[in-house]
Amino acid sequence: MIKVLTVDDSRTMRDMLRLALAGGGFTVIQAVDGEHGLEVLNESGADVIITDINMPKLDGFGFIERVREDAAYRATPILVLTTESDPAKKVRAREAGATGWIVKPFHPEKLLDVIRKVAA
Amino acid sequence: MDELEEIKITFFQECDELLGDLESGLLSIDAGDTEPELVNAVFRAVHSVKGGAGAFGLEALVRFAHVFETLLDNIRGGKTALRPDLVKLLLRAADVLADHVAAAKLGGEGDAASTTAMVEELETWISGGPAPSPPALPADLQPNEDGIVFKPVTLTLPEVDEGPREEVWTITFQPMDELYAKANEAGLLIREIERLGKIDVELLDDALPIFDNLDPETAHFAWKVRLRTDVPEEKIREVFEFVEGHCSTTIVREASPPVLVEADAGPDIAAIIAAAQAANMEAEPAFTPLKVDVAAVESQPPVALAPAAPVAQVAQPTSPRSPQPPQGEKVNQATIRVDPERIDKLIDLVGELVINQAMLAQRVAGHGFAASSDVGRGLDELEQLTRDIQDSVMAIRAQPVKSVFQRMPRLVREIAGQTGKQVRLVTDGENTEVDKTVIERISEPITHMLRNAIDHGLETPEERVAAGKPTEGTVRLAALHRGGRIVIEVGDDGKGINRPRVRQIAIDRGLIAADAQLTDEEVDNLIFLPGFSTASTVSDISGRGVGMDVVRKSVQGLGGRISISSRPGFGSTFTLSLPLTLAVLDGMVIDVAGQTLVVPLTAIVESLRPAAAEVKKLGAQGGVLAVRDAYVPLVDIGRVLGFQTTEIDPAEGVVLLVDSEVGGRAALVADSIHGQRQVVIKSLESNYQQVPGIAAATILGDGRVALILDVDALVAMRKREPLRMPEPSIQAAE
Repeated sequence: MIKVLTVDDSRTMRDMLRLALAGGGFTVIQAVDGEHGLEVLNESGADVIITDINMPKLDGFGFIERVREDAAYRATPILVLTTESDPAKKVRAREAGATGWIVKPFHPEKLLDVIRKVAA
Repeated sequence: MDELEEIKITFFQECDELLGDLESGLLSIDAGDTEPELVNAVFRAVHSVKGGAGAFGLEALVRFAHVFETLLDNIRGGKTALRPDLVKLLLRAADVLADHVAAAKLGGEGDAASTTAMVEELETWISGGPAPSPPALPADLQPNEDGIVFKPVTLTLPEVDEGPREEVWTITFQPMDELYAKANEAGLLIREIERLGKIDVELLDDALPIFDNLDPETAHFAWKVRLRTDVPEEKIREVFEFVEGHCSTTIVREASPPVLVEADAGPDIAAIIAAAQAANMEAEPAFTPLKVDVAAVESQPPVALAPAAPVAQVAQPTSPRSPQPPQGEKVNQATIRVDPERIDKLIDLVGELVINQAMLAQRVAGHGFAASSDVGRGLDELEQLTRDIQDSVMAIRAQPVKSVFQRMPRLVREIAGQTGKQVRLVTDGENTEVDKTVIERISEPITHMLRNAIDHGLETPEERVAAGKPTEGTVRLAALHRGGRIVIEVGDDGKGINRPRVRQIAIDRGLIAADAQLTDEEVDNLIFLPGFSTASTVSDISGRGVGMDVVRKSVQGLGGRISISSRPGFGSTFTLSLPLTLAVLDGMVIDVAGQTLVVPLTAIVESLRPAAAEVKKLGAQGGVLAVRDAYVPLVDIGRVLGFQTTEIDPAEGVVLLVDSEVGGRAALVADSIHGQRQVVIKSLESNYQQVPGIAAATILGDGRVALILDVDALVAMRKREPLRMPEPSIQAAE
């Protein structure tokens, strides 16, 4: 089963993602900020990563850069959560190594669509 | 409950926390803290509220949060400089945001007028700060001779829908190295295109070098896809949205009518992709960086596509959070959510355990076991353990008073605004914990004490300057544990209580005798007497028909005490002392007409055995007791509650001097006193029914049920008896 790591400091968003992803048949693991995300990734691994941008400790950009530094995750799809289609943020996320983005608020179907778009 | 509804509850809980963070962050900035992380934290709070609100379609909340967030983002990015007046605006914006959240919680929307006004203010700052005068109209928007401005409006008329028409598109795309570096894959793009219609794929491998020159990290292939579909071009472009700039793409509509040759079973994409992969494999077996594992994708449908996939098992992160909290930062503690009913049930059971343990001890003692015997020692240990369990269970329901304190800065701002006073609120001891049942009920008394401190305690800025004080007054709200109780203090650095005036009012209202000799402390505490209000005109703030007497009553209802101390010219401090829990009570166990009763210890001033000469009979069934030159009405508990018709002679029994709200001091007459005991409170209403004069019940060590007296009600009942006593009042001591 495909394992998705969600990294978001908002409990609400984590719950929403879990609900949507579980409904799509994914295994979900969660982290509350970038640093925690790296820890969880280290311990459990993941097939797809969904991360928020604005987080304490280590933000989404920094998190993506650190993940991409690890050869084991060079080809792991990373999606960023953005609230509005802010082109500057998308560009920065992509420079950091993001595969794509999900615009909040998302419809569960749309979320699964986006994951399908990047995950084999 | 619907899982989405549960998440909504979580969302609102989180909102409360975020709004608290938002306000405390802004207050720190207001106090001069320039730590950049503070602005980030404030931004994140609003951002998270907005994100969650969007998920639940709370449009009004999202719209307002968006404007607020935009300004905070400008501040964060250095586009807008933080100035004191801007911080004040942000604080007010936080209040509006809190209103929106509160309204959304009830299924409504925040107040439109205040929102519009606030949005205008925020937008002024977003567009470069408050402008001194309204901006001039652009040249093309000048008023005509009638003074009317006509603004051109662009209308976009919807195109006439001719219905979807199938067309054929030729899509050519050549991934660059970058595309693979971001974990995108050509195979997935082809799969996405296939979802739009019928496709015919051709691999363009002209650029593939001979093996010796092949760089495994470089992309060599391109694809040409002919797509027959009725979706608009933008849908096709959407497939490439993630790889824009990392893939040269051309999308061309074929001019000629659709002539796509259809194979019987449609285009065999798996074969095509497999061929593409085979080409890769032939060229370079170690071509792993590309990871075009598309054959596998096609041969087994991806999990995400399965429409009725079983609900996934949700794995929780296994790694514990790093334990060290960075300075002042909130740690994400591992928590579990528990239905409060389960905790209440547990507390109930522990109460039973305490009672059972007491019963067991009593029985064991009855069988003549010495305390030093094995049984006696075992029982001691059991008692210790039982108490530990009780404390631990109570701790589960304990919460920091922070949740109440967090609401106060806003209140203070509002009252300051209404009174024209400048106020700084200082809080202390926010993490002091107290039982949830108490938390829920202390907000109101604290609110009243704060209103009173600002409205009556603090001077106007002019008065303060005249008194040589800073224009801004300080109100301090603190919580601490003292002697097994929680103490809340509300202090101000205002003018203090005007004792001669308080005294005069008390005399005018007949609350004290004109020649009464009172200590300063006694004068200060006169403000808690029913019917006392120092404000000659009922102000909008402290008024509202609620005096400090009502506050004292509600505090006493919680088993608490309230007092005030004051220094003229230096300010006053309210001190509120409350039990840590409402589940147990310290009581005095008494006997009345063969019944065992419990009197809450907080109500008792003292107990005494009066001499016959101190009891004065008034009429057939009433009387008063002389206590140090003051007369206190006697209340015969047995008669008022109907246990017996004849009276106990106070001189033969015991008298408990109690403070009651309704009738001031009273003397309860009982047969005898057993002693003090901590008892577990059992609701009489939920187990039987409400009984006048009785607050609750408990179970004693011998297994008997004992009723806990409601002292106020008892004294009030005595007053309603046919034979009326002289109106009780505070008699000053000589």
